[in-house]
Amino acid sequence: MREVAIIGVGMTKFGELWETPMRDLYARAVADCLSDAAVERKQIQSAYIGCMSSGLFNGQEHLASILTDYAGLAGSAATRVESACASGGAAFRAAYLEVASGASDFVIAGGVEKMNDGADATYCLATAADQEYEVYHGVTFPGLYAMIASAHMHKHGTTSDMLAHVAVKNHRHGAKNPKAQFPVEITLDTVRNAVRVAEPLGLFDCSPVSDGAAAVLLAPVEVARALGKPLVTIKGSGHAVDAIALHDRPDPSRIPSVALAAQRAFAQAGVATGDIDFCEVHDCFTIAELCCLEEMGFYEAGRAGPATVAGETALGGKLPVNPSGGLKSKGHPVGATGVGQIVELYEQLSGRSGDRQVADARLGLAQNMGGSGGSCLVHILEVK
Amino acid sequence: MISPRYHREIPQRYRLEAGQCTDCGEIHFPPRAVCRKCGGTEAETITLPSRGKVVTSTICWIPPAEFDNQKPYVNAIVELTNGVRLTCMVCEAPPDEVTVGTEVELVFRKLQHEPKWEVIRYGYKARVIAG
Repeated sequence: MREVAIIGVGMTKFGELWETPMRDLYARAVADCLSDAAVERKQIQSAYIGCMSSGLFNGQEHLASILTDYAGLAGSAATRVESACASGGAAFRAAYLEVASGASDFVIAGGVEKMNDGADATYCLATAADQEYEVYHGVTFPGLYAMIASAHMHKHGTTSDMLAHVAVKNHRHGAKNPKAQFPVEITLDTVRNAVRVAEPLGLFDCSPVSDGAAAVLLAPVEVARALGKPLVTIKGSGHAVDAIALHDRPDPSRIPSVALAAQRAFAQAGVATGDIDFCEVHDCFTIAELCCLEEMGFYEAGRAGPATVAGETALGGKLPVNPSGGLKSKGHPVGATGVGQIVELYEQLSGRSGDRQVADARLGLAQNMGGSGGSCLVHILEVK
Repeated sequence: MISPRYHREIPQRYRLEAGQCTDCGEIHFPPRAVCRKCGGTEAETITLPSRGKVVTSTICWIPPAEFDNQKPYVNAIVELTNGVRLTCMVCEAPPDEVTVGTEVELVFRKLQHEPKWEVIRYGYKARVIAG
């Protein structure tokens, strides 16, 4: 396979963008991406668009056509990719493989979700779980992660306070991100006193309902070199799926698809956890950040919570996690999230993250997860 | 929920019918067309035992509309005596008394009252066994 680089990125602000239709969100992200790359529209051969549920959120399918047209790219190839909240990561992997294979030289990986459009977001999101055997019994998405949290607490002594530290840390990071939905710092008391959603999770353990889009442009590394771009390359891409229902997996305190995807990405990249300078982790709920760090091997099971409390995962710590603010503070337009993580990796690795810059960032990892862990993608990017 | 789908799931919802692989004996709830363990495609119908224990649980404070009249309620993953796990509500106990290891039995109950169309749906819940 050919070595693949990212040569441009674009991302809208994440938030409640009532006045912006889905087609404009995507078109703006792509326009910003092409402008950043300084590549002409006519050079784009193909696009992969991650989107979880435009049919339910917006009553609109056939995104490959409508979004590509409104992005000014009609005539190119395009494919919509769906893997619930991991749709963006899956679109990025598909774009990466198309360039790596030699089939195309200029491919967009995009993601979009317009969640504030009048539909019942709780219902739409619940379709990422087993409709007949989980949702039918009253389980919500916060409820699934709450059951993961309860099991993790029972097995490892993880506490609500450790979870609160994840939220406070990610909001501290997100306060430095002008594109974040909630760029505001919060305190431990904000989290502790928040309205309860699904025990042991409260409102501030949950990521928000968001609108937004992100796009990155991939090309062979020689193209990046010829264009004088920072050489941000894809070192590893790992992907795994698992049973959709939490009860169909052996241990509800664990998310095995994350471990599998990470092992595959690390094996391809030829690097280990200790080599990674920072991560974007799928913190759809605070417990998810801890579980995923443990599944990927950054911490032993049960140790990510104490490490978070000790500040190891904050900017300036040993392993900054979610310098963007994560899903918690930056926002979680589900189909855009996985691509948004790659945007953050690219900007960190090319040294343009401003106040939230990770010092000496050379290797970054992005982990994007669907449902309660029914699918997961892990990507490792390097700047040369 | 569309009615053909509801009708199709009645053997599981009302009678706890599972599939047991005739090749390797793996039990699937609901029944599967292909065995997840050995790939076998033949299964016989069995009835699940009703007793089990809570593996993990949560108290749901913000439910979907069709469950709103039941909040707060407990959701749990229950492991039955034959090792099969399923997700359900836990009823007939104060929510904060349901914890890992709580002994339960599955019972037939009304599950949802969909407010817009006045549709009532049934299935299994777990009842705490007084002990």
